[in-house]
Amino acid sequence: MAPESMDVSIVLCGPAGQGVQTAEQLMVAIFRQAGLNVFATKEYMSRVRGGSNSTTIRISPGRVRALVDRMDIFVPLDRDAYQHCSTRISQDTIILGEKETFPPDKDGLPGRFQDIPLSRLAKDAGGAIYTNTVVVGVVAALCGIDEAVARSHVQDAFQKRDQKIVDNNLSAIALGYEAGARLPHKLPFTAGEAGESDTTDDVILNGGEAVALGAIAGGCRFISSYPMTPSTSVLTFLAQHGAEFDIVAEQAEDEIAAINMALGGWYAGARSMVSTSGGGFALMVEGLSLAAMTETPIVIHLAQRPGPATGLPTRTEQGELLFALHAGHGEFPRAIFAPGTLDDAFYLTQKAFNLADRYQVPVFVLTDQYFIDSYYNLPPFDLSGVENSDAVIRTTADYERYALTEDGVTPRGIPGHGDGLVVVDSDEHDEQGHITEDHDIRTRMVQKRLKRLDALTREALPPEWIGPPDAETLVVCWGSTVHLVAEAIAKTKGGKHAVLYFKQVYPLHPDAADLLSKAKRLCIVENNATGQFAQILQSRLQVDIPVKILKYNGLPFTVEELVHRLDEAAG
Amino acid sequence: MDSTLFDMEQSQTAWCPGCGNFVIWKVLKEILAESGREPQEVVIVSGIGQAAKMPHYLRCHTFNGLHGRALPAATGVKVANRGMLVIAEGGDGDMYGEGGNHFLHTIRRNPDITNIVHDNMVYGLTKGQASPTSARGYRTPIQVDGVLLEPFNPLAVAIALDASFVARTCSVDPPGLKKILKRAIQHPGYALVDVLHPCVSFNKVNTFKWFRENTYPLEDDHDPGDRVEAFRRATETERLPLGVFYVNPGKPVFEKSLSVYAQDDEPLASRRVDLGRLEAFVREGLKSA
Repeated sequence: MAPESMDVSIVLCGPAGQGVQTAEQLMVAIFRQAGLNVFATKEYMSRVRGGSNSTTIRISPGRVRALVDRMDIFVPLDRDAYQHCSTRISQDTIILGEKETFPPDKDGLPGRFQDIPLSRLAKDAGGAIYTNTVVVGVVAALCGIDEAVARSHVQDAFQKRDQKIVDNNLSAIALGYEAGARLPHKLPFTAGEAGESDTTDDVILNGGEAVALGAIAGGCRFISSYPMTPSTSVLTFLAQHGAEFDIVAEQAEDEIAAINMALGGWYAGARSMVSTSGGGFALMVEGLSLAAMTETPIVIHLAQRPGPATGLPTRTEQGELLFALHAGHGEFPRAIFAPGTLDDAFYLTQKAFNLADRYQVPVFVLTDQYFIDSYYNLPPFDLSGVENSDAVIRTTADYERYALTEDGVTPRGIPGHGDGLVVVDSDEHDEQGHITEDHDIRTRMVQKRLKRLDALTREALPPEWIGPPDAETLVVCWGSTVHLVAEAIAKTKGGKHAVLYFKQVYPLHPDAADLLSKAKRLCIVENNATGQFAQILQSRLQVDIPVKILKYNGLPFTVEELVHRLDEAAG
Repeated sequence: MDSTLFDMEQSQTAWCPGCGNFVIWKVLKEILAESGREPQEVVIVSGIGQAAKMPHYLRCHTFNGLHGRALPAATGVKVANRGMLVIAEGGDGDMYGEGGNHFLHTIRRNPDITNIVHDNMVYGLTKGQASPTSARGYRTPIQVDGVLLEPFNPLAVAIALDASFVARTCSVDPPGLKKILKRAIQHPGYALVDVLHPCVSFNKVNTFKWFRENTYPLEDDHDPGDRVEAFRRATETERLPLGVFYVNPGKPVFEKSLSVYAQDDEPLASRRVDLGRLEAFVREGLKSA
């Protein structure tokens, strides 16, 4: 292992349906119990069985929150898995596997191959199905984790199953552990060694869970959606915990129904959301425009994946920013959040419900597959400062849904709360909400709707400066790349770098232009082909970013790749 | 009872003189007034088309949304506040064409919504094109060789999907219309009322006279509990039977089955998130992946 590395990267790869995910969950739990910081992410194919899916788990005494390319320990479960990750193998990679699966070619296997009789050990434990648990045992031993810790987690993970299954898994752990303990390699640090901070109270979750928890905190009462990777986990999470938190989760017949149901929900007083990806959002666009015309709030979680059309369904991209910004017929305001940290995903989703409620506009939470499927541990969310607005009024008999006001916001009434009648219309309408073709009213209504952009701009979140204040190069990023870029700038050689992280990409905070002018050189990192945020900065702020580090093969950046490309850009 | 409770002060409409919509309008105001509900307890959700303008001419809550999308929006209203009387109203193009998928799945979902479809077998607002219920051979400026498609049979489709209430009536028979609409709004669950009516401007085939001659009431002894018989009657196309074809009172009502309403009737609007519970959930429930 590279001596400077204070973290270890473990990669498990195997065909879909072979339990890579179960092994990942077990390992993550075991490492956490041992007091280590953990980051885990997966990349997978759009299939239910076969192929090669991999998961990368990073462990360290310090916080780890980004994907690295490096593999310190690599467990390929079959020959295809080996090929799938072969470009990531270095001379320092410890490869765990059995000789029979990996007959050495004439030059032998690169890296340090360790022959472990996985099949025989699994068979001894009860059958081939226990291979993954054997692997967990081997890795736990190799990483110096106490065997009791590993055992107790296996016990917990399988407690609801047959006693025989529990026993077999325990014996698989023991056999794997014994084999792993015989290997010469150990971690460059001690598990449980005090890290940068005490992580005992930490929780561990992924991006999808952070968005869903933020929705709960924001008072979400209704989610209607159509399953679409990678957005589905938010719907699933809210469905699973709906009864506890007074939330209805409905799988709609299509995305068109989903957004119209959600709008019906908001209209009648239930804070509602949809969770979707590019193709599904394309179907929702008409409903987005309806939200705008009726001034009905809506929260849209848009988890990006590579398009056009079906694209790469299970992969990642930041390709829908301009789509989210420009979607919808007609002219109307909106706000777009792009959380890149789990904390931001939680607090911004919570905020999205309140912003939508107060200004009666569509609010987007823009994520992507890499963000949704990446986990790390962090301190539990602090809910002491969390507040929810209550912009709904009790109506009086003379209530007018679109009464003109100075700031364009008409207090919102709902059916069943007061003596008034709530009339909303997708046609142009008068103050009462009834159809009109009066062109003077039309002009005033357009102005009323657009006026709310002023307030949205006033409330916009400023970009976050990460790194030295006197940096020569400022690396702009938004959304899911922030942890990657933040780690990379600390490792670059070419001069002082800082990051300017935009967690809100529209409307932009008034300070953005000033911050962008503070460094000598500007560079932007985007997981897309055309530099979409750079285009926004160009058109809104007339800021030109000459160096664009883009990636659009369907995979996220890695820390090493960014270091390399930033150094290259620095010349 | 105030029979004008749902009447607007002004009574200007965008409909053509002699339109069947006027009959439906009058009957709808009557049955709502007789329902014992206040206008504040009634939400009419509609799509786009001449029929979909209906809620603008009544005193009630109104969600005049998108073409074809009344049913999902109405479902959302019912999820949020199941105490509201919710009507989804529109024409044949709106409900059976643009909104066809929602029609199918709303029947499956079975929310307590009355779905009134003004079925005049033609597109009025866009000036005379074929609708999903236009007869084969019906000529229009677009269907120049006559309609080549088999007409959509909403009743047969609804009965095939075991809709909880399926009826057809006609605006040329106001008492019959009133009787059926009244039953429909009282029915717990999704209720389809297909209202045949003439389009005086664009449909020169299916006129008042045509509907009088080509419809007849279902017999008094028709058993709406007999699904197979109801289906058979729905497939009659020579002369069209009118009445309640099918009722399945035992079908679970969507919003009543939601766990949020298992112990609490309170509308979702008045519920607040329990942040203490959320905090405990995060701290205890997310210790490990």
